[in-house]
Amino acid sequence: MTETTNEHPDLESVSLDSPQFEVAAKNIKRTEYVTFGSFIISLIGFAAFGAAYTQNSPNYVFGLTIGIGLFFFGFGLVSWGKYLMPQGPFSEPRPLMETTEKEKELLKADFTSRGKVAIKRRSFLIKAMAAAGGVFGIVAAFPLIRSLGPLPKNSLMTTKWRKGSYLTTIYGDRVKPSDMEVGGILTVFPEDDLGSAISQTILLRVQESGKVVTMPGREDWAPDGFVAFSKVCTHAGCPVGLYEHLEQLLVCPCHQSMFNVKDGAMPIFGPAPRPLPQLPIYIDSNGYFRARAGYDEPIGPGFWTRGGTA
Amino acid sequence: MIDAIYNWIDNRLALSKSGRHLLNKIFPDHWSFMIGEIALYSFIVLLISGIFLTLYFIPSSATVIYHGAYKPLDGTHVSEAYASTINLTFAVRGGLFMRQLHHWAANIFIGSIVVHMLRVFFTGAFRRPREVNWMIGATLLILAIFNGFLGYSIPDDLVSGTGIRIAFSILESIPFVGTNLAFFLFGGNYPGTDIIPRFFILHVLILPLVILGLLAGHLGMLVKHKHTQFKGRGARNDNVVGSPLWPNYAAKAGGFFFLTTGVTAILAALVQINPIWQYGPYVPYKVSYAVQPDWYMGWLDGALRVMPSWEIHLPGHMIPNVFFPGILLPGVTFTLIYLWPFVESKFITHDYSEHHLLDRPRDNPLRTAIGSAVFAFYFVLFGASATDVLANYLQVSLNVVLWTFRIACIVIPIIVFPVAYKICLELQAAPGAGKRKRHMIIVRDEEGAYHSVDSEEYAGYTASELDPVDIEEVDLQPEIAVLTNSADTGDDGVYRVPR
Repeated sequence: MTETTNEHPDLESVSLDSPQFEVAAKNIKRTEYVTFGSFIISLIGFAAFGAAYTQNSPNYVFGLTIGIGLFFFGFGLVSWGKYLMPQGPFSEPRPLMETTEKEKELLKADFTSRGKVAIKRRSFLIKAMAAAGGVFGIVAAFPLIRSLGPLPKNSLMTTKWRKGSYLTTIYGDRVKPSDMEVGGILTVFPEDDLGSAISQTILLRVQESGKVVTMPGREDWAPDGFVAFSKVCTHAGCPVGLYEHLEQLLVCPCHQSMFNVKDGAMPIFGPAPRPLPQLPIYIDSNGYFRARAGYDEPIGPGFWTRGGTA
Repeated sequence: MIDAIYNWIDNRLALSKSGRHLLNKIFPDHWSFMIGEIALYSFIVLLISGIFLTLYFIPSSATVIYHGAYKPLDGTHVSEAYASTINLTFAVRGGLFMRQLHHWAANIFIGSIVVHMLRVFFTGAFRRPREVNWMIGATLLILAIFNGFLGYSIPDDLVSGTGIRIAFSILESIPFVGTNLAFFLFGGNYPGTDIIPRFFILHVLILPLVILGLLAGHLGMLVKHKHTQFKGRGARNDNVVGSPLWPNYAAKAGGFFFLTTGVTAILAALVQINPIWQYGPYVPYKVSYAVQPDWYMGWLDGALRVMPSWEIHLPGHMIPNVFFPGILLPGVTFTLIYLWPFVESKFITHDYSEHHLLDRPRDNPLRTAIGSAVFAFYFVLFGASATDVLANYLQVSLNVVLWTFRIACIVIPIIVFPVAYKICLELQAAPGAGKRKRHMIIVRDEEGAYHSVDSEEYAGYTASELDPVDIEEVDLQPEIAVLTNSADTGDDGVYRVPR
């Protein structure tokens, strides 16, 4: 083994007259005062924080006092380190990240020569171990992943809206036509799913009276100037909460998709790719709004297992 | 007394042997090397303020009726998570300050990671031998962004809840596994009741642990490789020039830690951030106007907005619209970031050698131009996350704003690329360096043609920054002798491991 020798000068043996040991400050006295001053300000800041805390001062006082304390503590340290310590430059050697052929060989030899005896001759053991370990790796994932939640099954395809469901407010009150003026907008739910993120539906009064036909084939879906659409945006699932009555546009506040109510909530602007599904509604003999059927397609944004219908 | 304690420890760990080596470790000086330090120090602030917050936060989506210090919400039905956040804000002494400190530190943490990454990119610090450390850094950025999102999601306020809804939509858009993945993470169909406790444990334990581990690897590799440095002042590929750890760097870096925390604390004191009591509790059918995520998610939100309304329909399946901006874009982005060191050495520089001296951005115009163009693309996307705010502010139609951004995110990078390239070439051509840069002088000859000639050098200025300048070297510590002897088998037949 080579003896480590001290051939290079170290800190003690370098003359203090060396230019590297000068400090960077031009006016040393002034820099000392500034450094000293910032530690004093820091001290005052920390002390003030303590006082403020006992007095239960407002939060901005806590933050300001401790912030000033920390900042000037740091300022003092930096000015000390930057201006009042030897400015250098100093250097140290940097070994490159390369190894000699010989070093590589030695490691390889250590690995394989022992391996020939200990590992290579018994390759069937390796295979058996790998098989056991591999199966463990796979089955270990079952409880870790599978237990996390139920399979989606049909739950993304349907809502709680059924034939005959009453349209009710968030408080559970059934809705009737006289509850809303023209241009009005109300979020409704089925009675058994109040406040639901999935079943939320928006009921609009777009005109005074008469059927609203948003699309051919939907002649009986929207009585007396009322029309109902799913409130879940078909883009990224935000609630489509804004309604511009003059242009009869539903607007999603998240990414500004716009849906044309008169045209079956067809998206006319923004990233939404599909119209909002329309809920077919009617007014029953007691004058309450009810669903003719549930939605005829999955509501909300697309997902991988959704059918391909546009 | 101190001597006795030190001796006791030293006799058990032999600190004196390696300790001197550590004290003399050299750190190169350049302001841009401090950006990564800001990230490190912000992370420490995050850990400390985060521990404070966990003492009061209740990660539960169970509904409670709020009765507490914040009177406007009195009597409303809110989740326990939201109620406890309001409570720690208003009823715990210093709670609001700690919350704002945590949130500001998170923004500074991610911001400084991004700027640090840009510094490393444009100076070529990712080149061999640091490719793996570059990839660790990119992973840290991904984890930091994820953890930031989880963090602002768990108070269960109206804005964050909307973000969680969008996250569910993006998850379920992933081909093959998306629907199941979303259900497994949320414990069922949206909104479920599991998401707050799950996000919480990811946010406060699992991701911080992974970040800590990777951070240790990041810094460990930095110690092993030693720091990169800019050319000049005696810097060579096989040395490190700067100031020693003790006392210079310790004072400067230690001081910088306090400067960082001090500025963060002052921001937290004076600038309000994430006032969830104003947003109100999350209600699935409500949404507030001008919904924006935290800034580091802005490029994704912008991408969601500018994406045209396309979807791919397959028999029985579909690839939804949000897959392209929400999964494909970040996937491609980070794949490119991971692969860049290899792409560059294979296709651009054909240089596979070890580099410890940094490029200036102008030294590699193609890299700088590509980096600038790509960054410009993401910057435009970031701007696009404010389409609605801009349309309101500028009093123009949303349509105009959206199309401006759709066009800009393609056109602006195409403009930035040649401009950045040309600037690099111009800078290369200018003689001198740094503040001593001299302009070309344009002269007109007798025939009316123009020529540019070098201006005179400044008096007393002799060296160009690019040339290594020899300095009188002071090695603080002798080189450690490289072990050369190999393993040998002694006469006694005992195999000796060389040390």
